[in-house]
Amino acid sequence: MPCVTETYDICVVGAGHAGCEAALASARLGLETIVFTVSVESIALMPCNPNIGGSSKGHLVREIDALGGQMGINIDKTFIQSKMLNSSKGPAVHSLRAQADKAEYSSIMRKTLENTDHLTIRQAEVTELMIEDGILKGVKTFSGAKYYSKAVVLCTGTYLKAKCLYGDVVNYTGPNGLQPANFLSESLKKNFVEIFRFKTGTPARIDRRSLDFSKMQEQKGDRRVIPFSFTTNPEDVQIDQVSCWLTYTNQKTHEIIKENLDRSPLYSGMIEGTGPRYCPSIEDKVVKFSDKERHQVFIEPEGLYTNEMYVGGMSSSLPEDVQHEMYHSVPGLENAKIVRNAYAIEYDCINPRQLYPTLEFKKIRGLFSGGQFNGSSGYEEAAAQGLVAGINAAMFVLNREPLVLDRSEAYIGVLIDDLVTKENREPYRMMTSRAEYRLLLRQDNADLRLTKKGYELGLISEERYQNVIQKEQLIAKEIERVEHVNIGANNLVQRILEEHGSTPLKHGTTLAELIRRPELNYEDLIEIDLGRPDLSYDVIEQVNIQIKYDGYIKRQLKQVKEFKKLENKKLPQNFDYSLIKSLRIEAKQKLNLYQPINVGQASRISGVSPADISVLLVYLEQRNHNRK
Amino acid sequence: MKGDTIAAIATAMTNSGIGIVRISGRDSFEIIDRIYQSKNGKKKISQMPSHTIHYGYICDHDKIIDEVMVLVMKAPNSYTTEDTVEIDCHGGILVMKRILETVIKYGARPAEPGEFTKRAFLNGRIDLSQAESVMDLIQAKNDIALESSIYQLQGSLKKKVKRIRSELIHEIAFIESALDDPEHISLEDYGIKLNQIIIDLTSQIVELLRFSENGELLKQGINTVIIGKPNAGKSSLLNLLAGIERAIVTEVEGTTRDVLQEQINLNGIILNLIDTAGIRETDDIVEKIGVDKAKAYLLDADLIIYVVDSSTKLDDNDNEILQLLRNRRVIILLNKCDLRQLTSEKEVRSALYDIDESKLNNEHENVEQENLNVIKYFPIISFSTKEEIGVKKLQSVIQELFFAGEIESNEEIFLINVRQKAALQSALNSLSLVKKSIEDQMPEDFYSIDLMSAYESLGNITGETIGDDLVNEIFSKFCMGK
Repeated sequence: MPCVTETYDICVVGAGHAGCEAALASARLGLETIVFTVSVESIALMPCNPNIGGSSKGHLVREIDALGGQMGINIDKTFIQSKMLNSSKGPAVHSLRAQADKAEYSSIMRKTLENTDHLTIRQAEVTELMIEDGILKGVKTFSGAKYYSKAVVLCTGTYLKAKCLYGDVVNYTGPNGLQPANFLSESLKKNFVEIFRFKTGTPARIDRRSLDFSKMQEQKGDRRVIPFSFTTNPEDVQIDQVSCWLTYTNQKTHEIIKENLDRSPLYSGMIEGTGPRYCPSIEDKVVKFSDKERHQVFIEPEGLYTNEMYVGGMSSSLPEDVQHEMYHSVPGLENAKIVRNAYAIEYDCINPRQLYPTLEFKKIRGLFSGGQFNGSSGYEEAAAQGLVAGINAAMFVLNREPLVLDRSEAYIGVLIDDLVTKENREPYRMMTSRAEYRLLLRQDNADLRLTKKGYELGLISEERYQNVIQKEQLIAKEIERVEHVNIGANNLVQRILEEHGSTPLKHGTTLAELIRRPELNYEDLIEIDLGRPDLSYDVIEQVNIQIKYDGYIKRQLKQVKEFKKLENKKLPQNFDYSLIKSLRIEAKQKLNLYQPINVGQASRISGVSPADISVLLVYLEQRNHNRK
Repeated sequence: MKGDTIAAIATAMTNSGIGIVRISGRDSFEIIDRIYQSKNGKKKISQMPSHTIHYGYICDHDKIIDEVMVLVMKAPNSYTTEDTVEIDCHGGILVMKRILETVIKYGARPAEPGEFTKRAFLNGRIDLSQAESVMDLIQAKNDIALESSIYQLQGSLKKKVKRIRSELIHEIAFIESALDDPEHISLEDYGIKLNQIIIDLTSQIVELLRFSENGELLKQGINTVIIGKPNAGKSSLLNLLAGIERAIVTEVEGTTRDVLQEQINLNGIILNLIDTAGIRETDDIVEKIGVDKAKAYLLDADLIIYVVDSSTKLDDNDNEILQLLRNRRVIILLNKCDLRQLTSEKEVRSALYDIDESKLNNEHENVEQENLNVIKYFPIISFSTKEEIGVKKLQSVIQELFFAGEIESNEEIFLINVRQKAALQSALNSLSLVKKSIEDQMPEDFYSIDLMSAYESLGNITGETIGDDLVNEIFSKFCMGK
């Protein structure tokens, strides 16, 4: 049968948040890239909440940006409200969150893709991996067209065998009624890929004109907006912002839900997928936290040019009539007109244990994957993995060293390590508590941590790289200076201290010691610091944080040093661990299954004990010697 | 020089003439300098030539612990190829332990099972052809350590530590869920509340440490409660066992007239024997106190020896006792086997079997325990305190129960307690850091760093790793948004 045949370096399947970053990274690295989507209109679609960032997710966006990804730049252009969350807490947990104009975000990302060299957009459903004699050759689409490539990146999101449900209504569609992808799962299974079935949900969208805002509390954005991207000029993001609104569920809401639980597909057994515990539907919340009298509900605009509002906190899969009743019981929503129903969505994804930390399949060379397909949830988690998968597909084609970030380098490292190492049974969401070295992995220093890597990969310009190098030097120089500025117990000093509620000095000290006092910071002390150079805000911020939290930071750096010891001990691949007699049986099985890349990863696999790790170290030592 | 500094007792854990505590790693000399005093008080071990031996004292500040000889071996000329110090001390268990604890207090950490050998190997000191046996040794020692630690912790320590841990993880989860979802969960005034909790937890850990300093833990033994109805022969058993071991290590003061406690060494296994008042329902007030106390001791016991008077029939008193034995580690002695038997193993088994059946419907916290604790498998021994029949059998059964038959494991068992103490101390340090963070008005996210360290340290005692504890606690206890 004659058919269309084309050849590329890399095929990216899906153009959601993961697929976009993957395709952009690969094309920007000079590789001929084709990205497939079931609908060009759905590029970078945000089918659930209308925001980007949030606790720990904001960190991910910053890291994506520092590595040369796109999400931060585009949300800076399309946000309509922005907040720095946790700003009263320590710097490690400050997190940016922006409300996006969904349609604008999607359209700007589409333009970015359309105007990137070496990148082709193709509207088609990929149905099959072409694997000949165990070697990946490319993909086939529904029409029978063949696209040959050296590597493939799968970013299919929630589209594989997708099924949307509320009450007893079932639609066999992807999110927002989009066409699902019903064939690729079978092709994967044929190639021995282990498939999971996950579910997630979204609340209703309601018409702004039908809401009574006088019964809700207004939630405004920050007065001074901080951009996501290190390349965005901060002045460009000081825009007029729109508000969100806060209201609450009540006993009546909860009664309506409880009375109709038996009509939920979750409780009737129609949903088989595993849902995320952190993003429970309102019926889950009411059942699980039955002692709570009310739950918060955030009403958030979906964009500037639409009247649709997102009902944050009330995702549901209850029947349509119950949804009406339940939403109407919430103050301010009494007359709410529902534009789109809330629904649950069920989809196929993979057991990410099958991947290396490079996001390449262990069993299929050249096949990479990212995003919800890997069992994660969230736009930011998807984009971060898409970027890494795209970069590593390119590195694979170019025969260069892959990018693997470890847990001490980036939230992206934590995310991917958790996915490929831990037993993951629900959609995975990033959280700051998952990062054991979070004091080092701050959103404010993502550029210092990762720009160099982005530059080495070829995704960061020379100019941007030089700026970071310069920033680094300025910070180091200023810290050095501040540590050595002596402050005497003179009148001016005592007065400044008093003004800030700080105890007066008994004898001389250094400026750094004063900055370490909880009630003081670098900027408070300008009057008594005569030799202070003129520095930009982002340098000052780093100086202040690094001096103030010096003790904690040093402790974490020490832990990281220990951590790196095991991370640097590489393990052989495709190795049969049952050959190491002294390992316990469970350890042998787990190690054979996971094939960790280093001893550090091995130590994080559940079922591998510290004694097994000692045994591994002894074994490696013997093996290395024998090879010499 | 590689690796941090480890320490362990290198000789057998018995009350012998000489004991050796060994230290290896980069801080070995720094540590010994801080705790060694020569006769004239001037000598510094770190400045002495390699392979020399020095007379002096091990001290903790002003307190002299023992008179010792200290052997210096500088890297790379030692077993591990690291800087190594060996302290030859008097061979009493308590002395060796005190010295080891002092070394740890001044910066060493307790060695992992087989760690000296592992280091010797990794540093090229042991022939590569021996790798296999090194790996076996590590795993074997670890197995013993694990088994013993689990068995040792049947009693109160494990429960207390678990309770402290669960409080810790709850607070961490609260902080973390507030950080992850600041718009739903507020940390206002949380510092004040946490401060109170820390004070409380700190005193609980201090209590555990004090306990381990002076009490049962230090003495190492298996807390053993002897139980049985009046006149079953409990006191005779105690006297019999105490008589076999001539040197009674201690007699704990302050024991009441109703609960008698002695520590005995049964062929290398140390038992803290507690003889209880005969358990039976009673109205007599004095006797009632004794009975209540006996029940309390039962809860904390590692081992229960249930003495049955086989010359009488099982009665309500026995049934009452049997009910108390669920999920416990129990050995049943059919005492007075020299007399005419009215109760045989068969009757006892059938009584046990009935209880086992009813137990199935009864939820109990220690679900994880294996067959050993399933009531119908309790070992039953024919015994006679009068004719001294069954003592050997009792010994071997205890050995089997606690050390999987491996009596050589003593060294590891001993180290476990040192590790436990080190872990308690480090948890305490972490909590004091949390307290300081609160006082310094640090942001709340800093609290959870040290709370987590405390949680982790205590986990070393109960043998639990962190895994997904925190994430699970967050999701199960706190309602997150969206």
